Amino acid sequence: MTAIHTLSAITATNDFVVKFANVNGSGSASANEMFARSIIRMGVPVSPRNIFPSNIQGLPTWYEVRVSEAGWLGRRGGCDMMVAMNPQTWDRDVAEIDAGGYLFYDSTKELPRSKFRDDINVIGIPLTAICAREFSDPNQRKLFKNILYVGALAALLDIELGVIEALIAQQYRGKDKLIEGNREAARIGHRYAMEHFACPLPIRVKRADAVGERVFIDGNSAAGLGAVFGGATVCAWYPITPSTSVVEAFTSYCRKYRTDPDSGAANYAIVQAEDELASIGMVIGAGWNGCRAFTATSGPGISLMQEFLGLSYFAEIPSVVVDVQRGGPSTGMPTKTQQSDLLICAYASHGDTRHVLLFPEDPYECFTMTAQSFDLAERLQTPVFLMTDLDIGMNERLSAPFVWDDARLYDRGKVLRAEDLEAGKLFGRYEDVDGDGIPWRTLPGGHPSKGAFFTRGTSRNAKATYSEDGSDYVYNMERLRQKFETAKSLVPAPELTPAAAPTRLGVIHYGSTSPAMREALALLAQEGLQLDALRVRGFPFNAEVEAFVDAHDFVFVVEQNESAQLRTLLVNECEFDPRKLVKVLHYDGSPITARFIAGAIAEAMNTPRLRPLAPTKA
Amino acid sequence: MTYIAKPRLLAEVQPRNAIGFTRRDYEGRVSTLCAGCGHDSISAAIVQAAWELDIEPHRLAKLSGIGCSSKTPDYFLGASHGFNSVHGRMPSVATGANLANRDLTYLGVSGDGDSASIGIGQFAHAMRRGVNLTYIVENNGVYGLTKGQFSATADKGSKSKKGVLNADSPIDLVALALQLGATYVARSFSGDKDQLVPLIKGALRHKGPAFIDVLSPCVTFNNHAGSTKSYDYVREHNEAVNRLEVILPRDPIEASYAPGSLRRVMQHDGSMLLLRKLGEDYDPTDRIGAMNHLHERAALGEIVTGLLYVDEGAEDLHRHLNTVETPLNQLGETELCPGSAALAAFNLSLR
Repeated sequence: MTAIHTLSAITATNDFVVKFANVNGSGSASANEMFARSIIRMGVPVSPRNIFPSNIQGLPTWYEVRVSEAGWLGRRGGCDMMVAMNPQTWDRDVAEIDAGGYLFYDSTKELPRSKFRDDINVIGIPLTAICAREFSDPNQRKLFKNILYVGALAALLDIELGVIEALIAQQYRGKDKLIEGNREAARIGHRYAMEHFACPLPIRVKRADAVGERVFIDGNSAAGLGAVFGGATVCAWYPITPSTSVVEAFTSYCRKYRTDPDSGAANYAIVQAEDELASIGMVIGAGWNGCRAFTATSGPGISLMQEFLGLSYFAEIPSVVVDVQRGGPSTGMPTKTQQSDLLICAYASHGDTRHVLLFPEDPYECFTMTAQSFDLAERLQTPVFLMTDLDIGMNERLSAPFVWDDARLYDRGKVLRAEDLEAGKLFGRYEDVDGDGIPWRTLPGGHPSKGAFFTRGTSRNAKATYSEDGSDYVYNMERLRQKFETAKSLVPAPELTPAAAPTRLGVIHYGSTSPAMREALALLAQEGLQLDALRVRGFPFNAEVEAFVDAHDFVFVVEQNESAQLRTLLVNECEFDPRKLVKVLHYDGSPITARFIAGAIAEAMNTPRLRPLAPTKA
Repeated sequence: MTYIAKPRLLAEVQPRNAIGFTRRDYEGRVSTLCAGCGHDSISAAIVQAAWELDIEPHRLAKLSGIGCSSKTPDYFLGASHGFNSVHGRMPSVATGANLANRDLTYLGVSGDGDSASIGIGQFAHAMRRGVNLTYIVENNGVYGLTKGQFSATADKGSKSKKGVLNADSPIDLVALALQLGATYVARSFSGDKDQLVPLIKGALRHKGPAFIDVLSPCVTFNNHAGSTKSYDYVREHNEAVNRLEVILPRDPIEASYAPGSLRRVMQHDGSMLLLRKLGEDYDPTDRIGAMNHLHERAALGEIVTGLLYVDEGAEDLHRHLNTVETPLNQLGETELCPGSAALAAFNLSLR
């Protein structure tokens, strides 16, 4: 069986979903990425996502490529073409294809008809047999099979072979033998498809000009780059999926951009600590001593850092934590995505604490917000969390090109230098002299006789002297509360997307939900449902968030966790009526889809509770 | 604790060191520890060592964890920045501080509970990582602030004040430090200031992880018969291997000792460690020998003290990381930010 065409073949140009089912460790990742990049080179936006196991070799892994000239970069849901390269998952992969969709598979081994479906189109190419015939080296036979299917898909989907060849040349620059071998494999696959099938298929790519200046990069790399531009000099970390590549990126960009041209020495220090406690301890020590320092981790690491985070908060020491969220609780789903660390970060540590959170939506914001987090941490003298997740962090995404203003200076916050102390400025470490709750600090080694103080996690008076006096404690807690108020105006403002027509319905979302949310809004608008959307970008919530909720009868809060954590923060911090905030929750570990959001909101609108849309206030 | 303010009348007649400071300039607040606490003697030894070394007080940073010992940095070097961090985690905070500014002198003070129990992991990794830090453990074998529970350094078979026998094997932090790569390892006794002050001086001038285990009896909870950390017990079982004198580059070297009884060790900063041998031949540059000697004597119930090991070729974490000479906390936008042109080129590489 090589090809069956049903009558109801899906027809789509530059708007479809291709999913690759592979075995991890088989070398498919780079071939699949090349496939995605080739479509970008054709001027058509794509958004790929890795769906991978917590394993190094032998288990199923998928790579889902959303092709969308309209620019939808979230997951749409559904699958128009399955490239089924993994016998282990054959049945579920075949079942997942939309009716009228396409199944691409290695037909070297004959499969019974019962293994297929009548309502899909089947494209079988004997990939293994071709590789065995064309290549003698066993390793090449295995690896070139991946490139072979990329070549065949190029023919089937009308991707220019020249684009594939150019990408091969770029990827293996300097390794001519590899370039030639891979090119040959791509050509063989392309030729086979052209000779055996009516190419292109009804789903196809057509050259367009919809990518523009955008760059294609993963969020973790962007965060690592943001830390370089933001002036981080100390990074202490402990390996944990899915955050490890933040530090790998930071390391490689530091080597490139931070090596002293004269001495060859490092303008940075990166330490792989023994655990997450030590990581955050080092960050705090460096922050205390005047460096911009950060760590990158995920949920389990945040759990371990709790005590230290309280110290950073209470002793008022700048620290930056990049939290690439994964599925929890406990070890949870290490290679799946979630937004389930909001509460543990917002209120990290025992006692009364509250922390600053930033919610990037894509690699562009991973870059800008990571850089900004160091300004915020030093200005506010407190921990700042970059709340990214696996979906943004470990998937390449088209995003706006990075920009930097060379006139920008780092905000080093309120630090009294030796010259300030010499000029007679008085120093009380925990005194609110400016009315914003933010005290001044001094750095060790600054002045021979002025400005030394003793940093501690115990209660103390405004002069940093140990004190168990209730009034000293209350003064300090009220000042910390004031500081949190000040933070509201310093964190990034939310992004409002007004509906095309006036509406009493709103939706709040944040982080990686953003691209699927955008598409869901368009889907809902097609159904006649108009919603104003607010993308929250920081915590504490600033005044615009409160105004948005006040201005709507019902606000859907779309999140990728089970317990509606942002909604909890909204209710807790802003004292909104919980009945006004309607939960839309997706938490199976896969990135949220536009179809899911639109479906959940449409369904909620059909429930009696939300009808009629009577105003809740005059 | 005492409620009497320290008299300041004698300040003018106190001797000044080479940079014009009196010993008083190296003191801190009045101690709140129990009268007779060994820790206060260690604080006094730190004051003496810093004064003798002419350290500018503000160029030293003192860090600690949690516990009686960790409170002491408030009681010495009041003109230095101090950091009383969280329980058992001083080493990581000190590591980060050291990374930020390599030009300061770092002194970490901890206890046996802080370092051998809750903080043994961070202790171990700071040693093996080579942090340029003087790490003093004020070792009394018990938790003081929570009233007398055994810590992990309490000897097997030793008896608590309440009569409980300790059945757990002890952790010897000196043995661990030697094994884990500390490049300056010493043990001393809070009751022997003549031995302790030079050991602290040598450690403060050492460029690398310098560890000093100081037996420091707890007069309230662990100074009774049956304790192996009491004043009487430590005095009776103390076996010093050498006596140390630290010679600074500016000092004249007086060879007043009999030939053959002296061992000289040069440190990276130009200071010389002059070691007078006591009793048998002991080589403080032989790490394996030091470990053997320690274990042999411990088996005999003796507490080996003195400078047990020093590595003349010590290297620190900054050397391993090849960091720039300028302290990282003094780098600005020019050195740190690649700028818009580099970013534009980076963008191009991503298409």
